[in-house]
Amino acid sequence: MNKHISPRLNRRAFVIGTAAVGAGLAIGLDLPLGGPSVVRAADGSPEIGAWVVVRPDDTVVIRIARSEMGQGSLTGLAQLVAEELECDWTKVTTEYPTPGQSVARKRVWGDFSTGGSRGIRSSQDYVRKGGATARVMLIQAAADAWKVPASECRAENSVITHTPSGRTTTYGKVAEAAAKLTPPADVKLKDPKDWKLIGKGVNRLDTADKTTGAMVYGIDVKLPGMLNAAIKDCPVFGGKLKSFDEAKIADMKGVKKVVKVGDTAVAVVADTWWHAKTALEALPIVWDEGDNAKVSSESIAKWLAEGLDNSQPAYVGNKNGDAKAAIAGAAKKVEAVYSYPYQNHATMEPMNATALYTADKCEVWCGTQNGEAAFAAVLEASGLPAEKCDVHKVMLGGGFGRRGQTDYVRQAVMIAKQMPGTPIKLLWSREEDMAHGRYHPITQCKMTGAFDANNNLIALHYRLSGQSILFSLRPEALQNGMDPAAFQGVAQSGEAAFGYSVPNLLVEHAMRNPHVPPGFWRGVNVNHNAIYMECFMDELAHAAGQDPLEFRRKLMGNHPKHLAVLNAVAEKIGWNTPAPQGVYRGIAQVMGYGSYVAGAAEISVTDGSKIKVHRIVASTDPGYVVNPAQVERQVAGSFVYGLSALFYGGCTVKDGKIEQTNFDTYNSMRINEMPKVETVMVPSGGFWGGVGEPTIGVAAPAVLNAYFAATGKRIRQVPLRDQNITFA
Amino acid sequence: MANLTINGKTFTLDVEPDTPLLWAIRENAGLTGTKYGCGIAQCGACTVHLDGVAMRSCGISVSEAEGKQITTIEGLASGDTLHKVQEAWIAQDVPQCGYCQSGMIMAVAALLNEKPKPTDADIDEAITNICRCGTFQQVREAIHTIASA
Repeated sequence: MNKHISPRLNRRAFVIGTAAVGAGLAIGLDLPLGGPSVVRAADGSPEIGAWVVVRPDDTVVIRIARSEMGQGSLTGLAQLVAEELECDWTKVTTEYPTPGQSVARKRVWGDFSTGGSRGIRSSQDYVRKGGATARVMLIQAAADAWKVPASECRAENSVITHTPSGRTTTYGKVAEAAAKLTPPADVKLKDPKDWKLIGKGVNRLDTADKTTGAMVYGIDVKLPGMLNAAIKDCPVFGGKLKSFDEAKIADMKGVKKVVKVGDTAVAVVADTWWHAKTALEALPIVWDEGDNAKVSSESIAKWLAEGLDNSQPAYVGNKNGDAKAAIAGAAKKVEAVYSYPYQNHATMEPMNATALYTADKCEVWCGTQNGEAAFAAVLEASGLPAEKCDVHKVMLGGGFGRRGQTDYVRQAVMIAKQMPGTPIKLLWSREEDMAHGRYHPITQCKMTGAFDANNNLIALHYRLSGQSILFSLRPEALQNGMDPAAFQGVAQSGEAAFGYSVPNLLVEHAMRNPHVPPGFWRGVNVNHNAIYMECFMDELAHAAGQDPLEFRRKLMGNHPKHLAVLNAVAEKIGWNTPAPQGVYRGIAQVMGYGSYVAGAAEISVTDGSKIKVHRIVASTDPGYVVNPAQVERQVAGSFVYGLSALFYGGCTVKDGKIEQTNFDTYNSMRINEMPKVETVMVPSGGFWGGVGEPTIGVAAPAVLNAYFAATGKRIRQVPLRDQNITFA
Repeated sequence: MANLTINGKTFTLDVEPDTPLLWAIRENAGLTGTKYGCGIAQCGACTVHLDGVAMRSCGISVSEAEGKQITTIEGLASGDTLHKVQEAWIAQDVPQCGYCQSGMIMAVAALLNEKPKPTDADIDEAITNICRCGTFQQVREAIHTIASA
């Protein structure tokens, strides 16, 4: 079935991208500081190491390499630096270094990638050291001026005090002298018990401008002489642009130029985007759709279903005992097949980027989750060397994984390159955004559970069939062809480990890659694995005649952290007390991104098809909680994202194209459908887990298990829209 | 050409009469606080006030908006004094990415104008904006805080 080919890889961009990432591991982590000569910020204030700039008025500017897209880690990262710096939090502001600056300084700010719930957990050590280093240098500068030992001085709230004499000075006053000092080779970080700012739910640093319209997102970038571009890429993935008749639109108002963008797309450049879009819609275009135009959701489903058959090849991701033999000899067997569809990220702000290309420079302004990947895309598309390129990051109107990709950046540069000297803002219409996502991968899963005569679960066979994200986007991460990330949430160990002990276990993946390009969609493979596993656990519990919570608990003795979050939601929702009349409960747990999460829902169902969600309880153990207010928002938002996908999401394929075009066919939850999420944080310390994604995995199974409790009917397919089940 | 009154100021804009108000506001008047989300009046990111009523500006033509008082997010504050919705949004840290919040704030301001003490049911009925980050809980709490002030 060779029409299901993977999208063509851009080899050159890939090589540049991975070279940059590889360097980070070698250099970024052990060089959190600049050299001994004074480095100045744009306003002339001195850097005290690469992470901190101190202005004469005691304002502290904290550099943030990761991107803010609503998840709050800009504020959390600043808290980490400020905790060690001992600065006045009310005078903290932040700025993004550019990827070009970072590359020029040997990646002094480390990795820019903002995905995989890594913003805090992957940089917490070196950003805290950046803060501590600056504090040591500032204290030393004060001690030098006073001619006293630094050990007699301490810092708090940006004020340095010489303890014996009581003399004081401020960070702003000693910053110039501090910047000239050689940074200490090593600094000691605070014991978590001494944290004052980490763990506090301080307000975000970026809120005010979001309430007045002043915040600049990519779509809002304005440059002198800028023109606007609208684009259409071949709606069949893998297809090409054959021809277009630009004469038909040449006279339309505002149209400046019609340009081919690579082999697959055409863009209209006009004075305004509205004119560009209007003209693009009138442009006659002929596509060479290719063989992929024969693919449909039905053909994909059939191909994936074949992969569920044990005779087909599969990669083994987790195994102990002999599941197949134990199932064959079991007293009782339970089997079920589930599926999960493609999902579009549907960020509120459609993809866009603004590019200015001249013969010796190429600059891009855009929202991106990975400044360095965007930078690599600019290099590749412009053909210019690193020192002549840069990317200026602006606020993202949502990311959810979509803006980790750089297709829209590359397109903007390819258009701008055809109009040297003119800044071009490329904006996708919502329809283009829906048609050219990097979709949540499509999978099916057949699960077989087996019991002994005493209703003990003795075997579990978990067989996935479907798409691999890494195969398409990071083939270098495959392990002898296997996608290790496919097992997120059901893996043997690591940051997304399976939480149950089953004596005979087989978890495997028959990889089948349809032509629809997959991407990292907030939660990624945890999402479907958690639905499959947690709904099937519920099925097994009922088959064994046991309470779903008690059934799980018996399998979780060796997984105390998984169990602790499950117990926390059970207690909070009152699992052992009766639910109100007509209200039913469901429960689920999973581990992802280094954190342990669980969720429980209370719902009522009318006529078997109208669901009202009354209550949601969620618990999370991310090791340490940097900002509980933001964690609470991420957990609640995860339910909105996960339940939107459950009820309304799902992208279907017809004639090789995605059928959904806008929010009328790809809806999202509204305020009336969303109950309060009661978040229980149970940070157990000693590790750093991610927060932005794991909870999405438990949102759908908690509700689906409650639906079974209410109706006795199992739902094994998403979305509910296609089964005529809606919100009440 | 069209004459639009936006935030109390008259703009004479070189636009066709059927241009959606959203794009006239963003591209011709240069006020980018009002956001594009869907273009088909589904998501509410482009919500503005027309004579005090919350409307989705992507679905209104410039010709329909002429002669009306148009208020955008940039015009919600009175000079340097923020509107009570903006103040509550800041105090309670409502926005996440914030992209939909211009429209959300405009919708909430119109609701509170009409019903100063809305019930949860009133909120459910009036606030139909999409927020993919999922700020609904904070939105609801902030509305109640304003109403009880």
